[in-house]
Amino acid sequence: MACRLLWASRVASHLRISVAQRGFASVVLKDLKYADSHEWVKIEGNKATFGITDHAQDHLGDVVYVELPDVGRPVSQGESFGAVESVKATSDINSPVSGTVVEVNEELTESPGLVNSSPYEQGWIIKVELSDAGEAEKLMDSDKYSKFCEEEDAKH
Amino acid sequence: MSVNRIKNLGFPLMNLVKLRGTPILQQLVLEEKLLRNSSENWCIINNGTNVPTIVMGMSGKPCELLELGSVIKDQIPVIKRFTGGGTVIVDKNTVFVSLICNKDDVPNVQPYPRSVMAWSGSLYSDVFNGISDFQLRENDYVFGDRKFGGNAQSITRNRWIHHTSFLWDYSEGNMSYLKLPSRVPQYRLERDHTDFVCRMKDYIERSVFIEKTINAVGTQFMLKEVNLNEIDDSYGEHLESTRLLTMNELKETLAKTTQIESISQVG
Repeated sequence: MACRLLWASRVASHLRISVAQRGFASVVLKDLKYADSHEWVKIEGNKATFGITDHAQDHLGDVVYVELPDVGRPVSQGESFGAVESVKATSDINSPVSGTVVEVNEELTESPGLVNSSPYEQGWIIKVELSDAGEAEKLMDSDKYSKFCEEEDAKH
Repeated sequence: MSVNRIKNLGFPLMNLVKLRGTPILQQLVLEEKLLRNSSENWCIINNGTNVPTIVMGMSGKPCELLELGSVIKDQIPVIKRFTGGGTVIVDKNTVFVSLICNKDDVPNVQPYPRSVMAWSGSLYSDVFNGISDFQLRENDYVFGDRKFGGNAQSITRNRWIHHTSFLWDYSEGNMSYLKLPSRVPQYRLERDHTDFVCRMKDYIERSVFIEKTINAVGTQFMLKEVNLNEIDDSYGEHLESTRLLTMNELKETLAKTTQIESISQVG
């Protein structure tokens, strides 16, 4: 756990953002937006970068394969654009906002475990050009997402 | 009000589809369609498939998992399915049980692989109650330390499928089409295939297994039997990822693999 907090602090420092310290809970970074299907998005102008959250990677287990979309493919908010394989399962990755894929993280083909070890940095999955910047308003901020994860875990 | 109606009050509905000898490609295409396009719960039981067929998980690579030369020579069909997990060769002696659920209808199960797997282990504990040391071991169903059931899943936003191929019986010859995979469960240790798996027929009658499975599912869902031809065709519109690999694809893969191996030997 100490290693995870140290990792989170290093990530935050690199990204020049603050991190919510949640004790033994998963890491949530401020200044990102979050979908209720556990994807994070970082918006910079009309471009966005997506990945899955630390909460998601922890619950999924060791990722052994990432199915990436083709560059140029349109993505729609809330809909699946790819999948990760872990344990014996394929799990959909859903798009937090709508747009067109402009770049995919090819490193994940050889190193799918980056999704586990570095979900917010080297484990990013795709970058898109946004079609509707207003859609981000529907997403959760870090505080809401933290609470969402706690409530979800408490139910089970 | 009858006792059965009182008993079933509050249970979510699940459609039960009983098949026999249905081609595994048809079964998998149906399952993917129902997972993606239906909002109902489904239990599909296929009591054997019609011809020996190799089925790989979503990320499976034929060159790594199959003895391609033999597979091509003997024209064994190879399917890539939409769920994760490993490679199996299935035939008339494989019994398939698939459970497709809305996550909200199984609220005590989180829609993540380990949680769904644990739930399935508990369900099948009821089926195999009193039978020779059944357990869910890592991700397999075993008697003792011998595997007889392999599992795979696919999880979408609000639904998941957990499906299992049970080795009622199997042919040693068929197993020889499969290579030893690079990822094996820890409990396998160094055992070869014949020492690792066992035949379910040595532990339970086939019809008893199916009946007990239906009963176990019926303790959590209200089952309604549905014929295959009653399933609405309108479920059909989605991008399928389950597919039959062509012989040409397999031959090209073999040719590339042979070329790479030749180059590395010369180097």
